[in-house]
Amino acid sequence: MQLLGIYNCLSSYLVVAAFLFACGVYGLMSRRTVIGMLISAELILAAASLNFMAFSRFLAPDPTLGRLFTLFIMAIAAAEAAIAVSILIAVYRNYKSIESDDLTDLQG
Amino acid sequence: MQALTCNVATPTLFSAEGLVGLIFLLTILMVVGGALIAVQSKWLVRSVAGLALCFTGVAGLYYFLLSPFLAMMQMLIYVGAVSILIAFAIMMVTQAGSDTRHRRKVSALAGPIGISVAMLFFAGFTMLALATPWQQFPQEQEGSTRDLGIALLGPHVLIFELISIVLLMAIIGALVHAQRGRTRGTGA
Repeated sequence: MQLLGIYNCLSSYLVVAAFLFACGVYGLMSRRTVIGMLISAELILAAASLNFMAFSRFLAPDPTLGRLFTLFIMAIAAAEAAIAVSILIAVYRNYKSIESDDLTDLQG
Repeated sequence: MQALTCNVATPTLFSAEGLVGLIFLLTILMVVGGALIAVQSKWLVRSVAGLALCFTGVAGLYYFLLSPFLAMMQMLIYVGAVSILIAFAIMMVTQAGSDTRHRRKVSALAGPIGISVAMLFFAGFTMLALATPWQQFPQEQEGSTRDLGIALLGPHVLIFELISIVLLMAIIGALVHAQRGRTRGTGA
């Protein structure tokens, strides 16, 4: 069973992270509400953190740096989610809609 | 398929390593299924549940990458805070139940283009990950939680303080933003 040993090699983690990133890109392009786009952005951030963790586990001389960077990404992502939700609620109060096609006040 | 054989011993199914490998495959299944539900589901509540599933799987992957502390932080911050925050946002914005109610012609192309771009990204990154001869260096430190704490308060203390200022500003900014929207809404 070759498949049972892949938890010990770098490329399996990289492939999973690439899949997460691709899912996030697809969601960002195809979702129509702002909340769906926020979820996709969280997926992209998770893919980036997973890459940092995999490289710091397998390749880096000092794995502390990659883990530190993942912690910082988590903090930034939490701040980003809070700000995005507050903006979203303000937008909903003004427009009564959260579909990104309706937010066209600045369109020329 | 040849590049994926990465010089590891292949355990049998009924040994300890085989069970660990089985759990790893289940974790990957959790990540992939959660991500697919999160981007594909028509209902936003289901998509948030898929996001939480995917983040739980990513925490399992962090555990496999030898850092249980990061796995715990992932569960606390992402599964416990961010997913719940998005779920609250969905509940507050009442009409957000379904994502594709009235589809317009402008964005009818967004699905196929998005799928092709995402496939392109996935294929490119996968080929890059499998074809690159990664060079391994000997690990000098083990990167334990103690090392993390020393690094946070030693050489990287400036970034740590900046992150806390960013978080404080995010909290105040979110409060001010929501408050302003409310007063305008009731005044009009």
